[in-house]
Amino acid sequence: MFKYLKQLTSLVAMVAVLFTFTTETMAAKKSKTLKNTQKKGFVRCGVSQGLPGFSNADAAGNWTGIDVDVCRAVAAAVLGDASKVKFTPLSAKERFTALTSGEIDILSRNTTWTLSRDADIGLTFVGVNFYDGQGFMVRKSSGITSTDQFKNGISACTNIGTTTELNMRDFFNSRGISYEPVAFEKADEVVAAYDAGRCDTYTTDKSGLAAQRTKMSNPDEHIVLPETISKEPLGPVVRQGDSVWEDIVRWSLNTMIEAEEYGITSGNADMMKTSDNPAIKRLVGAEGEMGAAFGLDNDWNYRIITQVGNYGESYKRNIADTGILPDRGPNELWTKGGILYVPPAR
Amino acid sequence: MKLKKILPQAITLLVVIIIFGFFTMNAQLNMENRGIDFGYGFLSQESSFDVQFSLIEYSGSDSYARAYLVGLLNTLLVSILGIILCTILGVIVGIARLSPNYLIRTTAAWYVEFFRNIPLLLQIFFWYYAALRALPLPQDAEAIFGASYLTIKGFYTPSLIWENLDIFIYSVIAAIIAIVFVRIQAKKLRENVGKHLPVLNISIVILFVLPLLTFLFGGVNVGYETPELKQLAKTSFKFEGGLSIPPELLSLVIALSLYTATFVAECVRAGIQGVGKGQREAASSIGLNRKQVLNLIIMPQALRIIIPPTTNQYLNLTKNSSLAAAIAYPDLVLVFAGTALMQTGKAIEIVSITMLTYLTLSLSISFFMNWYNAKIAIVEK
Repeated sequence: MFKYLKQLTSLVAMVAVLFTFTTETMAAKKSKTLKNTQKKGFVRCGVSQGLPGFSNADAAGNWTGIDVDVCRAVAAAVLGDASKVKFTPLSAKERFTALTSGEIDILSRNTTWTLSRDADIGLTFVGVNFYDGQGFMVRKSSGITSTDQFKNGISACTNIGTTTELNMRDFFNSRGISYEPVAFEKADEVVAAYDAGRCDTYTTDKSGLAAQRTKMSNPDEHIVLPETISKEPLGPVVRQGDSVWEDIVRWSLNTMIEAEEYGITSGNADMMKTSDNPAIKRLVGAEGEMGAAFGLDNDWNYRIITQVGNYGESYKRNIADTGILPDRGPNELWTKGGILYVPPAR
Repeated sequence: MKLKKILPQAITLLVVIIIFGFFTMNAQLNMENRGIDFGYGFLSQESSFDVQFSLIEYSGSDSYARAYLVGLLNTLLVSILGIILCTILGVIVGIARLSPNYLIRTTAAWYVEFFRNIPLLLQIFFWYYAALRALPLPQDAEAIFGASYLTIKGFYTPSLIWENLDIFIYSVIAAIIAIVFVRIQAKKLRENVGKHLPVLNISIVILFVLPLLTFLFGGVNVGYETPELKQLAKTSFKFEGGLSIPPELLSLVIALSLYTATFVAECVRAGIQGVGKGQREAASSIGLNRKQVLNLIIMPQALRIIIPPTTNQYLNLTKNSSLAAAIAYPDLVLVFAGTALMQTGKAIEIVSITMLTYLTLSLSISFFMNWYNAKIAIVEK
C-alpha cells in the first residue's frame, strides 16, 4: 500500500518538475511577461488607491498621473495602444505581494527604491520617475514653521508599511523627541484622522503631502514644513527574474525623459522623424534597430512619445497644472539644473 | 473486506498529500525563481519601527519577535475587554427582551435588530470617526469627575501609584480563596442541614475587608497622578501623566462589544425561553421565591443552552478584532501582518505565524468554554 503511494507521489513530482522545466526554457528565449501581456491584450499595472498627480481615478474611472503614464508608455510600446492598461489600486501593504505573486506586472505606485526592497523581496526597481523626500505637514494655526519646534509627545499620523514609518523613527530618535505614531492602512484614513485633529502632524513623502493637502476640508489651513528628512527616489518596480520585461519598462521610462531632453513632444514627433540629429531619429524609430532586442518593432518609442508624451508633458499635465507642485525642483532635467539624467538610447 | 474499508481512506489521504505537496513545491519553485528566501530568522532582527500603544516596553530597537508580542497582547487586550463588556451587556439585554415591561422589551429588541444588522466594519468606522469629530481638542476638554478628560487624542484619567502593590495583590488572592472556601462550606451546610448562609454578602465583606487590612497593617499605600495639560505649539496641546487610553482602543472596544452583545443577548433569550414553563411553575409551587427560581432552577438549565452558541460569539469577537487595522489600533494584524510584513517581505512566514496565532487563540477560548460547559452539564445521579 505505502510502496504504491510513494511511487505515485514521486511520479507526480517528476511530472510537475518536468513541466516547469519545459516552460522555463521556452520563456528564456522571449520574455514570459511580455508574451502573456501580448496574449491578454493589456498591461497589468498596480497603482495607488488615489494620489492626485501620481495615480488617481476620476469619477468615470479614468486613471491619470505620472505613475499611470509609465504604465501607459509600456502599453503603447508593447501593445501599440496606451489605453490598454488594467489598473489595480493597491494599498502600501498589498503592493509587493501583488507584484511577486503575479497579480500585476508593473508596480507604478510612488514606491521608494531602497536596498532591502531591491535585494530581499524578489523585486527589481527599473528607474526613478520622481525624486522625493519625506516631510511634515502641520496646521498653520499651530505656529510651527520648522521641525525644530517639535516637542516631546507630538502625535504623528502616517501610513503603515512604508519607509515613512522607519524614517520617522530615525528622525525623532536622532533628535531625542518622544512621539506617538498613529499608523493607518489607507492614505484616505490618515488624511481624515489628521484633518479631524487626531494628530499634530502628518508625515509622508512631500509630493504626497502636497497632493493630499488638496483633499483636506480646508487646504489653506495646512502647511508643509520646509525640512526634508529623507531621500525618497520613487519609481516603477517589476518582478525579479524577467530581464527582458525589466528592460522594456526601464527604457519606456527612459524614452520619456530623453525625449524631453531632445525637445521631442507628442506634437512634433512626426516632424522629428526627418531630423538631422541621429539621436533624435533613434528616439522616434527612424533610425537603428532599437526595438529588436526587446522583441518589439522599431516604432515602440515613437508610439510612447505620440500617445503619452515626454516626461515634461506628463509632469506638466499631472503635477504642475493641477497645482500640486508647480516647481519641478530636482525633477528637472540635468541640463536645466535638476537631477533627471538617463543613459542614452543608442 | 478489509481493503474495501481502507481504500477510500487511503485515496483521500493520498489526494490531500498530493495537493499539499503540489502547492508547497509550487511555492518553493516560484520563490526560488524570484530569489526570495524562506526562513524565520528575521524574527530576531531589529524591527526599527515604533508602535503607538503597547502593554510592554517596546521600541524600534527591539526585535520583530517582540513586535509580534506587542501586537498579540494588544489583540488579547481588546478581545478580553470586548468579551467582558459584551457578556454584561448581552445578559442585561437578553433578560430585558423578556421583560414584562413594554418599553424595556421594545427598546432591547430595537437595539438588537439595529446593531446586529449593520456591518461591523462600518460600525467601527462610525465610532472612530464619530469620536474624532465629536470629541473636543485637549485644550477645550471639560474635566469629568474633576480629573479625567475625554479628548480627541484619547481618554486621560488619573493613574494610581502603589506602594507594596504585591502585598495588596496577595491579599486579594487570599480573599478569593477564602470566598471559594466559604461557598463550599455553605453548600455543604445547605445540602446537609438545610441552612442557608448569605453567601453573597459574606463574599463581599471578605473581598473588601481583607485588602483593606493591608492598608492599615501591610504598609500598602496608594497615591495618584493626574493628567496635566501640556502645550506643544500655539494651538496644539496634549495631556501628560496619568493613564491614557487611545481613541482607537476606545472606539474598537465599543464597536465590538455593542455588535457582539446583540448576538449574546439572543443566546441568553433563547436559553431562558428554552427552559420549560413547567420548571418555573414547579419551582414556585414548592415555595421558592422569584430570585431563587431564577438562580437555582432557570439559570442552571438555561446556561447549558446559552454557553455553546455564546462561545461562537466570543470566537467571532476575537477574530473580528483584526478589523482594528482599519482605524490604526496596533493589533496583531496591523503590527505584525502589516508593518512587519511590509518591512521584511516575508509574506508566507508572517501570515502563517498570524494564522497559527488566531487558531491557537480560538482553540483556547473554545477549550475553556467546553470545559465550563461540561462542568455545568447535567450529572445524572
